[in-house]
Amino acid sequence: MSDLESFRVETREWLEANCPPEMREPVRDEGDVYWGGRNASFKNDAQKAWFEACREKGYTVPEWPKEYGGAGLSPAEGKVLRQEMARINARPPLSSFGIWMLGPALLHFGTEGQKQRFLNEIADGKIRWCQGYSEPGSGSDLVSMQTYGEDKGDHWIVNGQKIWTSYADEADWIFCLVRTDKQNKYQGITFMLFDMAGDGVSTKPIKLISGNSPFCETFMDDVKVPKSYGDDCPAYVGEINRGWDVAKYLLGHEREMISGAGGGDRTAAIGAAMKRNAGELDPVLRAELAQFDVDALSYAAMGEKFLDELKVGKGHPAQPNMMKYVGTELNKRRHELMMAAGGSRALEWESEETNGGKGARSWLRTKANSIEGGTSEVMLNVISKRILDLPGA
Amino acid sequence: MPLYYDDDQAMLAETAQQFMAEEGAIAKQLRHWRDRDCKDGFGHGLWKQFAEMGFTGMLVGEDDGGLGMGHVEAGIVLENIGRNLTPSPFLSSSVLAATALKHGSDDLRGRWLPGLIEGEKVYTVAIDEGAKHRPETIACKAEKSGNGFKLSGKKDFVVYGASSEMIVVAARTSGSDSDADGITLFAVPQDASGMSHDSVRLVDSSMASHVTFEGVELDGDAVIGEVDGGREVLNAMLMAGRVGAAAEGVGVAQGAMDMTVDYLKQRKQFGKLIGEFQALQHRAAHLYSEVEIARAVTIKAAQLLDGGSEKADLMASVAKAKVAKAAGLAVKEGVQMHGGIGMTDEYDIGLYMKRDRALQEFLGDQYYHAGRVAEMSGY
Repeated sequence: MSDLESFRVETREWLEANCPPEMREPVRDEGDVYWGGRNASFKNDAQKAWFEACREKGYTVPEWPKEYGGAGLSPAEGKVLRQEMARINARPPLSSFGIWMLGPALLHFGTEGQKQRFLNEIADGKIRWCQGYSEPGSGSDLVSMQTYGEDKGDHWIVNGQKIWTSYADEADWIFCLVRTDKQNKYQGITFMLFDMAGDGVSTKPIKLISGNSPFCETFMDDVKVPKSYGDDCPAYVGEINRGWDVAKYLLGHEREMISGAGGGDRTAAIGAAMKRNAGELDPVLRAELAQFDVDALSYAAMGEKFLDELKVGKGHPAQPNMMKYVGTELNKRRHELMMAAGGSRALEWESEETNGGKGARSWLRTKANSIEGGTSEVMLNVISKRILDLPGA
Repeated sequence: MPLYYDDDQAMLAETAQQFMAEEGAIAKQLRHWRDRDCKDGFGHGLWKQFAEMGFTGMLVGEDDGGLGMGHVEAGIVLENIGRNLTPSPFLSSSVLAATALKHGSDDLRGRWLPGLIEGEKVYTVAIDEGAKHRPETIACKAEKSGNGFKLSGKKDFVVYGASSEMIVVAARTSGSDSDADGITLFAVPQDASGMSHDSVRLVDSSMASHVTFEGVELDGDAVIGEVDGGREVLNAMLMAGRVGAAAEGVGVAQGAMDMTVDYLKQRKQFGKLIGEFQALQHRAAHLYSEVEIARAVTIKAAQLLDGGSEKADLMASVAKAKVAKAAGLAVKEGVQMHGGIGMTDEYDIGLYMKRDRALQEFLGDQYYHAGRVAEMSGY
């Protein structure tokens, strides 16, 4: 038996022994997933047991090195673990922007001291991070952002406003783009890390058309950010004034995450489920569902290819933009079709049968997919420029 | 298995790309034979070169003198065929007929495989009856007669039929037209008496026959596999052919897209390169995405087929449908973005549109396969 096959057998046995049955049910709402942080609480014992088992094993961040809280799995082993978790519908033991976004940035750009501290805190679910990128006047044109950090020697005084900071009201720390040189557009931004519990940081949830508030406005009013948190642990990632490089690198991860390339709901066929719910399908709707399923199953193969290539450094570096574009457009189409198949029942905003209007709220929420993390139009611009090398793009 | 080419496959891709770009180029093959009104629709010299490259018998098992490769490898050759619009009996002979012959007796394989491997002979398959691909219904009849069978009926869209030394024919040996069982496959030699071809040139300059069988007498040893048990062989052949056609379609899409993107970087209007216009950039970027995805799902389907997965049949249909959408988009956008010259015979982009049209129909179009995806998924 090859190493990988015996790893699969071991993994299967480990999951069987450690993943409680309740954690193999589909995720119904945000409380079904543990996000960690200072103020986090577990929804039930099963969630706690599952998280703790994974934390002990390094499986909250399986492919991170062991010294930073991971399990040090190889890409191939990581894929096996994902497949085995998917096979039993295991929920993620821990979700966070620290895992998806700050972690990869620190692994790439961070100092040893930063990795030791922040990666372990993320892996252990101790600190919940949020991302401070967009500003009211800087959406697609992100680099025009103006939140400013005035240099005071050993610290900065930061003033400004961020918007669309996901779950900022529940987060502990923020990774934040701050302008530190007003004369230099691209090379005048620093990628700062700071505690939101400090003086001068406030958040205000934004109510969306879905009725939910996954995003906030975040205000910085004379926030004092020290330049260092101790030995080899600066308060910024990369170099001062070179935060745009980190931001761009991270956007790649964000786009990859939003693309749903890792599988799950977004790449699954839906026709059969729609028929189960709706009974007979209108023949034209059935045809649309079939076309959708062709696209979704094809995109699932693309996601697999994309991730396989990413692990070994094949594939175009701008490919996450393509994945984000297609994945989000597909997800919007999925929800349009689910609403159509659901009929008047799917319109219910508050009812037990619809789990509080989950379908309708999700449908509305997906409209943001092709806006957040770079709009579809920006993605198409990037593909034109960086992949197709079209002139003037 | 990771979803990209391993080292050997990457090497084959490089070899095939270079070979096809040189020897299978549009001017050298497609236009050359078309402009001479060649009744074969392809060049036998190139077929011989395919044999020298090891392509013709790549799917044939090593015990039978082939290379024992899989559908990922065949797909690599086909993608390059598509990219260069190379007219070739590779798909019908080396993929479809070769897959059927895998299920044949030692005698049958000994009779037909060496000629294929050496590039001396060309084979094809006769499945469709009517203008649309509906292999669920087979009316063409083979009745028991002495030690053998008597074949009667009509087949359509028999690609390169008149040039083929042997045709794999799906016929009914029992039951009624739409029964799943009761099908038998036969290897019908070119000189079988009672078989006639109405050979016609198609929109893409390839040749295909309407074949009529009038009491064609066949020996029992012409049967491929089991009498009445041909459905399984037919399905294996269809899966292989669909994944192969998808791979060729990916090449057609890529070729059309490459030409078009190049053109956007050369053509000037309003004092600018037209590729500077965002209206065209976004369409080109969308097309790129579709072609990438079509390639991914095609390789996925080929891997599943090579691995003997139960999902191969579903994913073969997904791939065929997805490629049809992507390639259809590539050729339509290609002609539109080329503008007026895209409509001229002198420019190659129109040739891509024609080949795509023929490939769309071959072994089921996107509507057929999307419908099949729905049925297989249970709705």
